[in-house]
Amino acid sequence: MRFPLSTASAIVYLGLLVTSMAGCNKQPWNAPYVADEAARTVFYGSFAERPKHLDPASSYSESEAQFTGQIYEPVLQYHFLKRPYQLVPLTATTLPQPRYYDKNGELLSSDAPAEAVAEAVYRITLKSGIRYQPHPAFARRVDGSYWYHELKRAELAKIATLSEFTQTGTRELTADDYVYEIKRLVHPRLHSPVAGLMGKYIKGLTALGERLRKDEAENRGFVDLRKYEFEGARVIDPYTFEIRITEKYPQFRYWLAMPFFAPVPWEADRFYGQPGMKERNFSLDWFPVGTGPYMLTENNPNRRMVLERNPNFRGEPYPARGAPGDTVAGLLRMAGKTMPFIDVAYYSLEKEQIPHWSKFLQGYFDVAEVLTDSFDQAIQFGVKGEVELTPGMRDKGIKLVTAVEQSTAYMGFNMSDPVVGGDSQRARLLRRAIAIAVDFEELISIFRNGRGLPANGPIPPEIFGYRAGQEGINPFVYEWRAGHAVRRSVDEARALLREAGYPDGRDAVTGQPLTLYYEAISGLPSGKAQLNWYRKQFEKLGIQLVIRVTDYNRFQEKIRAGTAQIFSYGWNADYPDPENFLFLLYGANGKTKFGGENAANYHNEEFDRLYVQMRALPNGTERQQIIDHMVDIVRRDGPWLWGFHPMAYALNHAWYGNSKPNLMARNALKYKTIDASLRSRLQREWNAPLLWPVLTIAALVLLSAIPAWRGYKARQRAQAL
Amino acid sequence: MIAYVTRRVLYALPILLGVNVITFVLFFVINSPDDMARLHLGSKHITHAAVENWKAERGYDKPLLWNTTQRGAAQLTDTIFYQNTVKLFLFQFGQSDSGRDIGFDISQRMGPSLAVTLPVFLLSLLLTITLALGFAVLRGTYFDTWAVVLCVAMMSVSSLFYIIGGQFLFGKVLRLVPISGFDGGMAAFKFIVLPVVVSVIAQLGYGIRWYRTLFLEEINRDYVRTARAKGLAESTVLLAHVLRNALVPILTGVVVILPTLFIGNLIVESFFSIPGLGSYTIEAIQSQDFAIVRAMVFLGSLLYILGLILTDISYTLVDPRVRLQ
Repeated sequence: MRFPLSTASAIVYLGLLVTSMAGCNKQPWNAPYVADEAARTVFYGSFAERPKHLDPASSYSESEAQFTGQIYEPVLQYHFLKRPYQLVPLTATTLPQPRYYDKNGELLSSDAPAEAVAEAVYRITLKSGIRYQPHPAFARRVDGSYWYHELKRAELAKIATLSEFTQTGTRELTADDYVYEIKRLVHPRLHSPVAGLMGKYIKGLTALGERLRKDEAENRGFVDLRKYEFEGARVIDPYTFEIRITEKYPQFRYWLAMPFFAPVPWEADRFYGQPGMKERNFSLDWFPVGTGPYMLTENNPNRRMVLERNPNFRGEPYPARGAPGDTVAGLLRMAGKTMPFIDVAYYSLEKEQIPHWSKFLQGYFDVAEVLTDSFDQAIQFGVKGEVELTPGMRDKGIKLVTAVEQSTAYMGFNMSDPVVGGDSQRARLLRRAIAIAVDFEELISIFRNGRGLPANGPIPPEIFGYRAGQEGINPFVYEWRAGHAVRRSVDEARALLREAGYPDGRDAVTGQPLTLYYEAISGLPSGKAQLNWYRKQFEKLGIQLVIRVTDYNRFQEKIRAGTAQIFSYGWNADYPDPENFLFLLYGANGKTKFGGENAANYHNEEFDRLYVQMRALPNGTERQQIIDHMVDIVRRDGPWLWGFHPMAYALNHAWYGNSKPNLMARNALKYKTIDASLRSRLQREWNAPLLWPVLTIAALVLLSAIPAWRGYKARQRAQAL
Repeated sequence: MIAYVTRRVLYALPILLGVNVITFVLFFVINSPDDMARLHLGSKHITHAAVENWKAERGYDKPLLWNTTQRGAAQLTDTIFYQNTVKLFLFQFGQSDSGRDIGFDISQRMGPSLAVTLPVFLLSLLLTITLALGFAVLRGTYFDTWAVVLCVAMMSVSSLFYIIGGQFLFGKVLRLVPISGFDGGMAAFKFIVLPVVVSVIAQLGYGIRWYRTLFLEEINRDYVRTARAKGLAESTVLLAHVLRNALVPILTGVVVILPTLFIGNLIVESFFSIPGLGSYTIEAIQSQDFAIVRAMVFLGSLLYILGLILTDISYTLVDPRVRLQ
């Protein structure tokens, strides 16, 4: 029998499929990985958006940090287990203690008042014996010259990937590399997002940037930053360097735990700065060079990124102590053992949520975030309203990990607006009434499936200064009843509105309805429903809320220009210090006047004075009292509806260990463990192919071809006329 | 024919220039260089100086279309539009706003796109023509009626449904193929099976209906009746006469898309995580990377024009009455 061509090709296709799948390995047919990694401990993760920058001077986003955090090593890191978050040395021998000097260069005590301090010096001593990952930039010939520092375009044309450079080398980490990176922060071609901010603090950094800009205009190639001396950072000896900043700024130590202050060897810049490198997409932005536990061995941001164990990594012991409850939770089982525990981490590009979720359930991703689409399938609420996994998830041995994010999502009033802004009693009462009416508990329940904690102020939990319970409630919005914070009634809000001169939402003088304007960004997931919900919240008071939907760019433009009246905004912490949240309300950071992060353009002299005082103090009773006072002021003035602190819900498979959430540490991969044999067994169990439906459909198609064949034959036998 | 093709190529130049102007204007009406800089640099701690520096580095600090600060030709040439557009005609795509070489990325992504679009193109063409011919032969029977009903039903379903449904059925329920992903070389096979099958099925309804109509138009013509009257086998009548005479309208729809296979399928690549040029374009639009958008629109226009020229040439091959003058 002759098959029609289409059927034959289908059979060939199916044959190829079966052969290729059977021939690969013992993986299930639907495994999205080709290589059988039974011999190594592998982590399977994903990324939805390709990282823009992996250069430590430019990289700032969370999606980039999951790579840079494992590769680069700043001098400090966060303790993986202890809470509240604590800084501990990473490449430094100890936590650096700043020395303060007055304007005459006299040494001051550590508790010197901020106004007396003219200079703060951080002296950092590095551990010895730390070595860089193998990299062609370090490769040297016997005579000491570098293999790949004088490449010609023709030589480069033959090379497609970095692994094609046959020679690699390494060297010890030195203090020069940290100083070199600090200079890179103001390199005009790198566009570091913190160049402006650090320029305010590090002595001479802005001037260095200007010099580099002038020199760079004449030379577009490699600029050897080693030749540029500046007072803000200098090397004392191969293992010691100093950073000099212009004021008492205790939060500076947190910056020392961020990739901006990770070491970069000059050889890397020299190597990547050669003509022709950029055309091959070889740059530090795409192929980082670090001393961390992992190195990026495959960077195809269009498909997959692979981190492999750095063979030159010195090893680091897993923490021996943690927070209360960590022992019971099994988080100290690996105490003292040498990290990292995972050999290789595959991160696959997965842009859409649905396939990502399905692959997680099949066991092909080790972790997944619980998003709105998958929430009902993963989470249910117990009798007392507690969050728990659905039976389907529990049967698979999946674990739920929740954490309040170090961030805040708020609704801001433009304080320079003539209706809702300003410090008049009328405007304050209006804001207070709206604060009661907009029920964020309901918003969290409807639009976030309960993934959020209603906020009572700008500081989220686990940050110094946050107060929980009765003493932490915002008395203008909540009252304390039977051990719980209860939102004040809408009647109270209406009374406040009446007092403000807007009885039933109408101006008492003109009789005109009060109309307010909310700026929204188009295309947000909750979209129209959430905007309608906002409208209804304002309607409780008789206020008409006009929603102006605009694109992201126009929205930002309105915020910068101060033409928005009411808007939603958010902030993710750079570091776990109250200063990083309270500065959002500091007058000198006003968005409109100064281009700062104070989007509400709030200004209160008492608050600003306390802010300056608080910023320079160590955590303790005095600082707490000042923070309490500051929070009281902003609660009274109400420039924000405090909104909520988002909660992250993560799901981990049973084989994924040490999964304590640490929202500050970006280098957490080294702490994780994987039970590869359990994963392999469960993957096979969950993914056995079902063939009978396909065979049945194929049989039906073939059967249906019989009458068609008969019809064809009949037509052939029919007469032409 | 050479004169005709040369003329068409010359016509293409103003068309491409026009497409570039439209793309440029549309893009910059929505995104000012300041917006692009701020999106690229992030929203935290960004200073005005950083924005200006970013723009200067990429030449976005110049006027858009006309530079009043210059004199003579420089008024036109010292602008963002001129500086960015002229190089496109030399196939120098430059660097994306995130610093990657666009030409290199296009060369890397063309393969994955073709790995999906080429089999989809060939298989869907083969299947739709075969089935449409079959249904045309069986016209008027219950078989044909139900096939038409099925085709209309298939045409009515969104392509997104086929993708999500295909992932659910073949990847999740039957567990035969990966839900999404990609790998290089022969390993790509297991990843492209599902997108290819889904894409082919999604095109079947429309394709069969369209080709069936073409074939029915031909099948009732006198020359077909004559061929049958001569005693030719039905297969010969269909393949040698009906199919051949229906080729001109088929080619109109088919050849024009041939060159555009290189630029991939936007939705399929995005859902199946295939690192092709379709997802490249989508990402560029989302991240407001004008350099990539401009390059991809230029490439798309160029390939489409090429497709139209090829279509014209193909007419002469299948229909001797057609002359290109």
